[in-house]
Amino acid sequence: MSGIRKYLGLILAIVVVLAMAAWPVINGKDITREVVFTMLLSVGLASSLNILLGYTGYVSFGHVVFFGLGGYVGFYLMAVHDWSLWTAMIAGGLASAALAFLLGKAILRLRGGYFALATIGVNEAVRAFINNFDPFGGPVGMSLNFQVYKNYGGGAREALWMSFYILVALTLLITVVTYMVRSSKFGLGLLAIREDEDAAEVMGVIAPNAKTWAYVLSAVFPGILGVLFFFKNGNIEPAPAFRLQMSIEMIVMVMLGGQGTVLGPILGGAGYQRLRGFLLTNPLFKNIQLAVAGVLLLVIVLFVPAGVVGWVRQRFPKLRRVLQ
Amino acid sequence: MDFLFASIIDGLLLGFVYGIAAMGLTLIWGVMNVINLAHGPIIALGMFGVYLIFTGLGVNPYIGVVLVAVLGLLLGMLIYYIAVHRVINAPHLSTLLATFSINMIIIGLGTAVFSASPRNVDFSLGSMTLGPITLLGSRVVAAVASLLITGGLYAFLYKTRQGRYIRAVANNRDAAELMGVPSTKILALSFGLGTMLASVAGALIATFFPFTILAGGVYELKSFVIGVLGGLGNPIGALFGGLILGVLEGIIPTFMPTTWVPVLEFVLFVLILLVRPQGIFGAKK
Repeated sequence: MSGIRKYLGLILAIVVVLAMAAWPVINGKDITREVVFTMLLSVGLASSLNILLGYTGYVSFGHVVFFGLGGYVGFYLMAVHDWSLWTAMIAGGLASAALAFLLGKAILRLRGGYFALATIGVNEAVRAFINNFDPFGGPVGMSLNFQVYKNYGGGAREALWMSFYILVALTLLITVVTYMVRSSKFGLGLLAIREDEDAAEVMGVIAPNAKTWAYVLSAVFPGILGVLFFFKNGNIEPAPAFRLQMSIEMIVMVMLGGQGTVLGPILGGAGYQRLRGFLLTNPLFKNIQLAVAGVLLLVIVLFVPAGVVGWVRQRFPKLRRVLQ
Repeated sequence: MDFLFASIIDGLLLGFVYGIAAMGLTLIWGVMNVINLAHGPIIALGMFGVYLIFTGLGVNPYIGVVLVAVLGLLLGMLIYYIAVHRVINAPHLSTLLATFSINMIIIGLGTAVFSASPRNVDFSLGSMTLGPITLLGSRVVAAVASLLITGGLYAFLYKTRQGRYIRAVANNRDAAELMGVPSTKILALSFGLGTMLASVAGALIATFFPFTILAGGVYELKSFVIGVLGGLGNPIGALFGGLILGVLEGIIPTFMPTTWVPVLEFVLFVLILLVRPQGIFGAKK
């Protein structure tokens, strides 16, 4: 009994992800699958960012660079060198991890606003570079030959369902990893850095290494997700791959759900996409959906800075064991 | 050679206006440590302000620039009281997101009202030719206006009571409060001045480039680069940073494709942040 109780937080998070994943499987509609795909993608990205933003307290405004770079590397290998999706996903994840590792030692020295600015600069520099990089197709990007999808269960529809199942598996994996990080000694070191970096160093946390590994860990999964997303998409271009707006949306999702919690980014990512879908299709808000989202963001930042999960944890301490 | 010289002059003139835009960003950073992510949309609002005053009311665009400045100041103070004041002492993430929510609101309403189609202010001041170079009237006026604004800002910061208050709050807010400086009002005024500079820069850019409601984003990123180049929090550094960026944008296309300009700009940006985060003109820590 006590064994299960210890893992209640993880179990709840997994149940939430599985419940989302079950929705299109049960009703079998393509449209529902697409809606849930977007939601789970956001959940995966937000949970990855949470390792850096929520646990370590470093605001990466250009996190989409890992999604875009991983996507580009994987896509290039699939489109030009005929790699399979599996190996391409691993390569994309490794490429993003390598970039994070190289950058980490340098820019993680910067604190607060300077770090945020540097991450924006990195994203813009990579985007501008890819725009000029001919092997990756320059400003036009690359497309996959439609025949490729034949290798994945027959037609395009099967390939789309397969992408969906891979995404479900990845989201579950990310959830488990974020939970494990949070309850590990490494994770406690990160939380200490978030509260007071200098004090953490005095207590024996080797901050530069811990921060770099947190950065690498939060970059791997966006890279893999990027490969999967652009594989499903069929083409890749610099503008959608390195959209700064998407970085900021990722931060909003983490904030909405509750930074530094395992369940927060899951609820935040899913909730944000649901809300966005609602605003986009609602005749009243259709034209001003961005402005409405802006007002909501402002209200959350000003009045509920801890996010939904953080707020509940503060109000109802008894639930803290379950809501992690 | 003539061509290179002409590009440099062109870049310099543009650089003055970039400098004004970056000055708005860097002033807010210097006084209250807030990175204003609504900077770009406010620049775009400045563009549309001049556009509406000129095409709607038929007023000379340079009178429009003055009106835009006043509106920009008021808008900035409003944004401060609504979005920034409550989180001014919170961690960076809060102010970044608060100003970004203003960004979303302006862009959302702006696209609904103006759509995303390009506009331009159809007003020409002619041009003059000096040997091999041709100077566009609107750019010369914009550069001169930028210099006057910089001078005005310095006069305000160093010669008036309000200006001294701003510098005191930037230096040490708690101490300034103890000396009886109304810090909330001064912070609102500083935020207003920052957005005023941004909207004026937008208004001046509108007199020579076409624009959409999304056009501010490019200048926001340039302002980041310039702000860091000149040292965040240093207005005069921002002007020099603007000139450097303008000249780079003039020179680089003469020996490599124009599309490489942003690559070099952002690599430079990250390098300066790493090597000298206080900027080229910033004081030693």
